[in-house]
Amino acid sequence: MSDGIDYRQILDCRFARVQSVFDDCLAFARRKLSRDGVMAYVEGARNIGKMGRGEEPVLMFLEEIPYLARRTGEEIIPRIVEFTRQLGRTPNAKAIAPFLQSLGAAARALESRELLEEYLQLVWQTMQRTTPRVHGIDSMYASECLPEFLSSVPRVLGQLSLHGMQNWVDYGIKAYPNDPERQRDYFLLQSADSRAILQRERHGTLFSDHERKLDLYLRALWESESVMIPYSLAFDELRKPVPYLDDNGIHLPDVYDDTSGGIRGIDRYRALLAHLMAHRRWTTPLMADNFSPFQRVSIETFEDARVEWLAMREYPGLRKLWCALHPVPREIEPEENVSYIRHRLAMLSRALLDPHHGYTAPVILKYAEQFQALMAAGNTETRAMVDLGVQFILESRQRNDSSAKVYFDDTEIDYRDDNRLMWRFFEDGDEEEYENRPRQQQTEAAEDEARLPPRLYPEWDYGTQNYRPDWVSVYEYLHPQGDAAYIEQLLLKHGALAKRLKKIIDLLKPQQKVRIRYQEEGSELDLDVAVRSLIEFRSGAQPDPRINMSHKPDGRSIAVSLLLDLSASLNDIPAGNDQSKLELSREAVSLLGWAVEQMGDAFAIGGFHSDTRHEVRFMHLKGYKEHWGHEVMGRLAAMEAGYSTRMGAAIRHAGDYLSHQQADKKLLLVLTDGEPADIDVADERLLIDDARMAVREMEQEGVYTYCINLDPSADEYVADIFGHHYTVVDNVARLPERLPQLFMALTR
Amino acid sequence: MTTQLDINQYRITEEPFYQAQGKEVALYEVAYAARLPVMLKGPTGCGKSRFVEHMAWKLNKPLITVACNEDMTASDLVGRYLLDAGGTRWLDGPLTIAARHGAICYLDEIVEARQDTTVVIHPLTDYRRTLPLDKKGELIQAHPDFQLVISYNPGYQSLMKDLKQSTKQRFTAMEFDYASAEAEAAIVSRETGIDAALAQSLVKVGLAARKLKGHGLDEGISTRLLVYAATLIGGGIEPRDACRMAMVRPITDDADIRDTLDNAIDSVFA
Repeated sequence: MSDGIDYRQILDCRFARVQSVFDDCLAFARRKLSRDGVMAYVEGARNIGKMGRGEEPVLMFLEEIPYLARRTGEEIIPRIVEFTRQLGRTPNAKAIAPFLQSLGAAARALESRELLEEYLQLVWQTMQRTTPRVHGIDSMYASECLPEFLSSVPRVLGQLSLHGMQNWVDYGIKAYPNDPERQRDYFLLQSADSRAILQRERHGTLFSDHERKLDLYLRALWESESVMIPYSLAFDELRKPVPYLDDNGIHLPDVYDDTSGGIRGIDRYRALLAHLMAHRRWTTPLMADNFSPFQRVSIETFEDARVEWLAMREYPGLRKLWCALHPVPREIEPEENVSYIRHRLAMLSRALLDPHHGYTAPVILKYAEQFQALMAAGNTETRAMVDLGVQFILESRQRNDSSAKVYFDDTEIDYRDDNRLMWRFFEDGDEEEYENRPRQQQTEAAEDEARLPPRLYPEWDYGTQNYRPDWVSVYEYLHPQGDAAYIEQLLLKHGALAKRLKKIIDLLKPQQKVRIRYQEEGSELDLDVAVRSLIEFRSGAQPDPRINMSHKPDGRSIAVSLLLDLSASLNDIPAGNDQSKLELSREAVSLLGWAVEQMGDAFAIGGFHSDTRHEVRFMHLKGYKEHWGHEVMGRLAAMEAGYSTRMGAAIRHAGDYLSHQQADKKLLLVLTDGEPADIDVADERLLIDDARMAVREMEQEGVYTYCINLDPSADEYVADIFGHHYTVVDNVARLPERLPQLFMALTR
Repeated sequence: MTTQLDINQYRITEEPFYQAQGKEVALYEVAYAARLPVMLKGPTGCGKSRFVEHMAWKLNKPLITVACNEDMTASDLVGRYLLDAGGTRWLDGPLTIAARHGAICYLDEIVEARQDTTVVIHPLTDYRRTLPLDKKGELIQAHPDFQLVISYNPGYQSLMKDLKQSTKQRFTAMEFDYASAEAEAAIVSRETGIDAALAQSLVKVGLAARKLKGHGLDEGISTRLLVYAATLIGGGIEPRDACRMAMVRPITDDADIRDTLDNAIDSVFA
């Protein structure tokens, strides 16, 4: 060896495969590392070889460490060796190779010694926490899913920060403590949960957070109301999806990171939308069959540039944005047997977009000039680009263009779509048909066609102190009709009560003060009127004695949503009564509905019950805009009880509607007879905590939640959920009287 | 009794700039020749008041403008007695002055006044053309030059704020809207002296905002705000800042809309 040290001796490893690659690895390490570093590297490899775990770990170590040490410093080498040996002393020897393999990706993503140290700790903790324990003692078994976790690290770290990955791991460990099979799926990124959590922890600008902004952008700048359909970039490794426009709407990525050039994610979305809208406005489709693939991409490049040119004429600010997002391919020396077709077109595209491109290739300059001249002449159409595109391919053609090896660097223009709307084919391809073919399940589920797709809501898991994303499916229905006359009879029965309520209603008109003038007695002197009266008095006319004014409240602006628990327990007949709770609730709600109608507040009634998290049914009994009439009464009359009480999802759903109401005060009344429970949840605290979180979310939305509970022993849990905002009605028979009174007391 | 009043103070001496959008000038002239009351409808800041001023100047008639509000009473329009050292003194209200001296009386944003107040204009608006001052015991026969013009913005028409049918049906009406893009740019440029290209950019931002009406904006950016922005630019402020200050911040508190409009500004001003 050149520095007089026999590294092979130090390595002292006789695995044939290690022997065969060692020289190359060493040569590489010498280029990357210092002398001491190389020494540490070889000694590390030796130690790992002596662990007796076969050749695989040594090979991994030799392969990954030079990159790692280069990125995070050479001091990391002994630490890695130490960690690997610790890992080897546990029953997790299987995980050593995946661990060493994950280091390269980790180093790329983390890029600092400190973060890498945190990563090592995370691996260690994950191992400990997923190792099965017998009677509270670490058993002799290996961790259930450490290798799976380590194999997913490159993908996860590609999308999440270390902190995000920690959360992702945390959820996986806590969500499946007794279910190693599903935990393994989770860590392999194969379960829906796992992907949902990954999505939640992602960095960048999420489409879902900015949908309204983008919608407004389309409307304001492009006069368009397109549907936007996000697709996920996270899971399609091989075929990276590209944005596109079709009859269904705009398909775009669900998340954009800020670029290194400082373009924010939201602006990348806008750049994409602007490009798509420019196509929609100015592109006319061409027949594709007449052109070769090269001609097509060339024509597309010119057409992209053309619509952008037109868009920039309208909105000059777009040039800056697009220039910042467009790659800048450098002029390079071509190598043999590499196709530079993409590179050439990207350069052309840059030259067409950016007047300060600085390219010197004559063919690029010539066509950029031709293009500008054509555009400046005005009134161009897609057809005009055909000649340019075909000519350009002809003139710039090179021998290697058809080579299988294509030069890709700096050629991807990611704010542009795949131009599928630009081409028409004589014969349709198979893909389209396949995509549009009706799914088989749809015909099977024909009976459910009438119902809306479910709304998904998260559920709070107090164990992990985090939300389970999209956990509960809420299906909405319009409640079936019954006999409205029945409710009218109920109201008649409570005629005396209704009269009393009416009196209270007349007194109830709070909020916003309005001045009443011309009062003989009032709170203040109305100066204008007083002076006028005095004038009348002086001039000998009869003065107006109504010279005071007072204030009265007016403009009551309350939206109320009443949420009825329609679980099976409502069929119970409470002791000492001859009516079931459902009957009594029905009477109470009828009276309340009638009373609120008198007051003119926006009022909605919804009922819910649940049958596991996959089916929470939310039934609309009355809408905000609907008046108290026969239809509403009919629905109330048909009300039935069944199934369980998954309250949190129902509160979120009703609250969602309520928070979109235009009112100063929003009140969500929950009428229930017991604690939240469902048959798929064994831990009763889970749903109580979830309901509490739901109430807290409502509070943040400006919705005041209040519970009327018919369960005499409700005090144990109801305060946990609703804080002080609850009333327990012990004497259920008085509910019809209490409910409207409560409502009025709340809204006074 | 009546105070001496110089009606000429209400005359408009210099031509107010008004860019006609259609036949409104001719229509108004004929309506005035017949002394028909005129109602001007249109969104805020689209040039209704400017149009009235322009017509008053063109016809060389005094113009008395009243900005209506909820607290306005009939006596604020018609007139009232005031206390004086020696007793009381009658003071004509703006409507009375106009009727007596033959001015054009312009009631701006009439829906803001309470409905019982607006009823006092009724006898002036039909064939009678009289104004009874019941407190004073006088019946004024309107001057031959007198004409009544009202404006209102149907944008915030609500159940509470609408004109009575009996009031509506005493007027001929003209609908105003924001001028076309080229015309509006010309107006902005003419009003403030900024160059035409800049004015066109301002109008483009205005158009973007007007498309959001009903999607979180109650009213689009008015021509008046465009003129404000142009004025700020004329005062040496960077166009983007001027747009934000004069056109975006005043009209919305909605973060999403603000962001969208800010982006529109960035897109329009390269």
